[in-house]
Amino acid sequence: MSTHIASVYDEDLKYLTRRISEMGGLAEQMVAESVRALVNSDLALAQKVISDDAILDEAERQIGEKAIVTIAKRQPMAADLREIMGSIRIAADLERVGDLGKNNAKRVIAVANASLPRQLARGLEHLAELALVQLKEVLDVYASRSPEKANSIRERDNEIDAIYTSLFRELLTYMMEDPRNITPCTHLLFCAKNIERIGDHATNIAETIYYMATGAQPVGERPKDDTANTVGAIGN
Amino acid sequence: MNMMSEAAVEKALDQKMNTVPFKMIGKDVSVYYGEKRALFDVNLNVRENTVTALIGPSGCGKSTFLRTLNRMNDTIDSCRVTGKITLDDGDIYDPSIDVVELRARVGMVFQKPNPFPKSIYENVTYGPKIHGLARTKADLDQIVETSLQKAGLWNEVKDRLHESGTGLSGGQQQRLCIARAVAVSPEVILMDEPCSALDPIATAKVEELIHELRTNYTIVIVTHSMQQAARVSQRTAMFHLGNLVEENDTDKMFTNPDDQRTQDYIMGRFG
Repeated sequence: MSTHIASVYDEDLKYLTRRISEMGGLAEQMVAESVRALVNSDLALAQKVISDDAILDEAERQIGEKAIVTIAKRQPMAADLREIMGSIRIAADLERVGDLGKNNAKRVIAVANASLPRQLARGLEHLAELALVQLKEVLDVYASRSPEKANSIRERDNEIDAIYTSLFRELLTYMMEDPRNITPCTHLLFCAKNIERIGDHATNIAETIYYMATGAQPVGERPKDDTANTVGAIGN
Repeated sequence: MNMMSEAAVEKALDQKMNTVPFKMIGKDVSVYYGEKRALFDVNLNVRENTVTALIGPSGCGKSTFLRTLNRMNDTIDSCRVTGKITLDDGDIYDPSIDVVELRARVGMVFQKPNPFPKSIYENVTYGPKIHGLARTKADLDQIVETSLQKAGLWNEVKDRLHESGTGLSGGQQQRLCIARAVAVSPEVILMDEPCSALDPIATAKVEELIHELRTNYTIVIVTHSMQQAARVSQRTAMFHLGNLVEENDTDKMFTNPDDQRTQDYIMGRFG
């Protein structure tokens, strides 16, 4: 796209893009580290994730302030306005991703003493891998602003949902086997749910990018395969 | 509750936009100044009780088009207009049309406030007098009061109606010119950058006035301020190099226009 007549305006917009990319990188790293800390019972790594969250929160505030000042100064129109509003929304989503990573990190202490069955850890890792791929790809799409790719990410969220549902069932089985598993398994259930939510945030970001690029909302319902809410219901 | 219903009314008005009848229809309108062609086959229709904003860079033809709507271009000798423009289905360039009467139906407010160097009262009564709209002094008094009220100026000038119109502030003068335009009960009001010589407060008052006038009149406004076009209009038309580039709902125009040239212009980018 051609540049603005006022070059300072371009710099303001570039600042927002750069900060969003930085936030994305950090959020990604926090999620990866929180899962690693969980699987390896690494308390020091968990502590690092918890303290990193403050950086992400601060970045979101700075992006919000820059966006407000830019709107006030430039009265952006059309694609510029969508760009700035999109930055605010994406920053909020990434901040939530960070919170969810931090929440996982906090649970490391609670599950550290329970020995995780290997299979369960792999399940969580797999879930996290998928969520991280979503997050990484959505950040790449943010750089390219391709509405087609944004749409394809949106359509893939159901893979994560399906794995979350199967983990849910697995954790229930462990709890039924031995009541002493209930505490760690409940924590793990929250961790799984957190990771599943991270996938949702990646999907939100994909939708925001689609809107930024086209000015239209993506068509149709978001695909959903999260059936955990009906597990245990009669007939299931 | 009241606010809600007002917003609902507004929304219903906007949704009905596509069914609003056309007040004026411009078909294949071209304008030449001597050899130079200023407008190229413009097809633009103006909807009834709607504010239509014309935007575009300087020299794009938006003022030229505005001036064709009440044959203001007739005053320029070298100017020639082709195509067809109708007001309520009547061809305004038909030889049988009385131009003075046409301009009473399609009034105009200019960029710089230009009150006559006469009293406030006489500024408003001048039009009704020459058009024979009032018989008695009481009729004229009534026209002065309602016109100034419609222009939002009554309370500020009611005690000094016989002082000179040129003694008012710029913003008041512009509202006096709007009162003068309204006094002959026009159907359409054309405004050529009515706020470009006004400060932000006077601008806000005129914009508020445009919003209120929309109920009774059809308004076409030329403006260089995109924010103003976005604030006051329901439809926006973008001109570029004498061509109509895009005409659309204002909300769409300023969030997601269809044409790349509109996009570049409203975002302040190099085309």
